[in-house]
Amino acid sequence: MSTEFSVIIGRLVSAFTLNCELFCLTLLFALPLGLVIAFGSMSRFAPLRAAVKTFVWVIRGTPLMLQVIVIFLGPGLLGFQSPWPSNSSGRMMAAVAAFVINYACYFSEIYRGGIEAVPKGQTEAGQVLGMTRSQIFFKVTLLQVIKRILPPMGNEIITLVKDTSLANVISNKEIIMMAKEYSAKGLIWPLFSTAIFFLIFVGALTLLFGWLEKRLDYFR
Amino acid sequence: MALLEVSGISKRFDSTEVLKDISLELEKGEAIAIIGSSGSGKTTLLRCLNFLETADTGCIKVGGETLWDAKLPHTQSESEIRKKRLHFGLVFQNFNLFPQYTALQNVMLAGELLAKEQPGYKANKKRIHAELEQQARDLLAQMGLSDRADHYPHQLSGGQQQRVAIARALALHPDILCFDEPTSALDPELTGEVLRVLRELAANNTTMIIVTHEMSFARDVADRILFMDGGVVVEQGPAKEVIDHPKEERTRQFLAHYGN
Ligand SMILES: Nc1ncnc2c1ncn2[C@@H]1O[C@H](COP(=O)(O)OP(=O)(O)OP(=O)(O)O)[C@@H](O)[C@H]1O
Ligand SMILES: [Mg+2]
Repeated sequence: MSTEFSVIIGRLVSAFTLNCELFCLTLLFALPLGLVIAFGSMSRFAPLRAAVKTFVWVIRGTPLMLQVIVIFLGPGLLGFQSPWPSNSSGRMMAAVAAFVINYACYFSEIYRGGIEAVPKGQTEAGQVLGMTRSQIFFKVTLLQVIKRILPPMGNEIITLVKDTSLANVISNKEIIMMAKEYSAKGLIWPLFSTAIFFLIFVGALTLLFGWLEKRLDYFR
Repeated sequence: MALLEVSGISKRFDSTEVLKDISLELEKGEAIAIIGSSGSGKTTLLRCLNFLETADTGCIKVGGETLWDAKLPHTQSESEIRKKRLHFGLVFQNFNLFPQYTALQNVMLAGELLAKEQPGYKANKKRIHAELEQQARDLLAQMGLSDRADHYPHQLSGGQQQRVAIARALALHPDILCFDEPTSALDPELTGEVLRVLRELAANNTTMIIVTHEMSFARDVADRILFMDGGVVVEQGPAKEVIDHPKEERTRQFLAHYGN
């Protein structure tokens, strides 16, 4: 029994690395891509703004699970050569792509809210002092934006931790899928134990964001 | 020749004509006050002078050099305007200090960024920084804020914040310093400390344009007063004359609200 216990825990841990990998890759690409989308949605060029806003609306308005399936199967169903290799890493790549697009759209809205919440007077004060647009962005606006977006970002990133298990709809063997194999055999505790993995991860992130928010507490 | 020559400035927002053919001149060392009721275009005029708003017509010259002309598109590119901005300084009604920087850093920031663009900055980094810091500390001392240099804006009173903002504008040595109702956002007991600073600046012959609702201050401190109404300069003249013996009926009506 005890050897079986440690074997099962070991397999859950290794399955959870897939969740962690998906989490990290999503953040790596979605954080910068979200900023690009945010600038697009604030563009002075109306057609671009409309296109970006429509795209964001579609992505935010449909389930992530569906997007994962569409990105994985869509190209093949439309008669194209599937861009995803037909092995486990191909399924992972498709999941990463879907997650990046989905989360970049959510992040873009958070960025946009944060940027628009900085009073116009801040930019104007910078302009009057002869600063360039980029100096104003990096030296004046950015830190104020970061301070404002930290709480909603924290929420979104915590949601991402839990969403990673959606990757199993295209048979990525993440932790919940692994645990379900045991419950199908009549062993139920592994499934419940997955909660602990998520709780520890989310707990660590909560501490991290609390610390970051404290670091920026010195100004209002 | 006047230091500042503004001629024929007009500005409309959609259907409302906010400034109608405004012209004014300002001598070096002169302080003028602009008075007028709400919505008469005072802020818009200052914003046009500081290129935060683009006038529809007109021309702005400083020291004989045309900084901006509605008829000359090449004077209106962003990079051109950025260089020319520095002839003017602007102090806002609500300060607009940068919240993440201390008072000292607020005063130094723009100067440091400009210094970094100069050739030879890298080699003289330490010395340039020390000079900028010394200048900033001197300015804060002049504002009576030596002991507040390391405070963040939210730790300062409104009057103190506004004085930091004045130091920040002075740090770039503008030819003409503009104030848009510098005391309007302050509690009455705090206006005095800011007005005192403005008096000192005027006594030191700082060239200034002050939009204000403080009539007795304008009368005492300004060399000249412009009264604006409905986007035009209705009357202008020596400060005491305009306040004590207004020529125009509209000026009289306006001043009547202030107990003159
Ligand atoms: N960005 C803008 N868009 C549209 N209308 C504007 C804009 N800025 C100012 N106005 C209008 O222009 C007119 C003049 O405004 P301005 O702020 O210059 O007046 P003011 O003399 O500074 O008034 P106050 O004493 O209240 O500050 C007002 O009617 C105002 O509503
Ligand atoms: Mg105004």
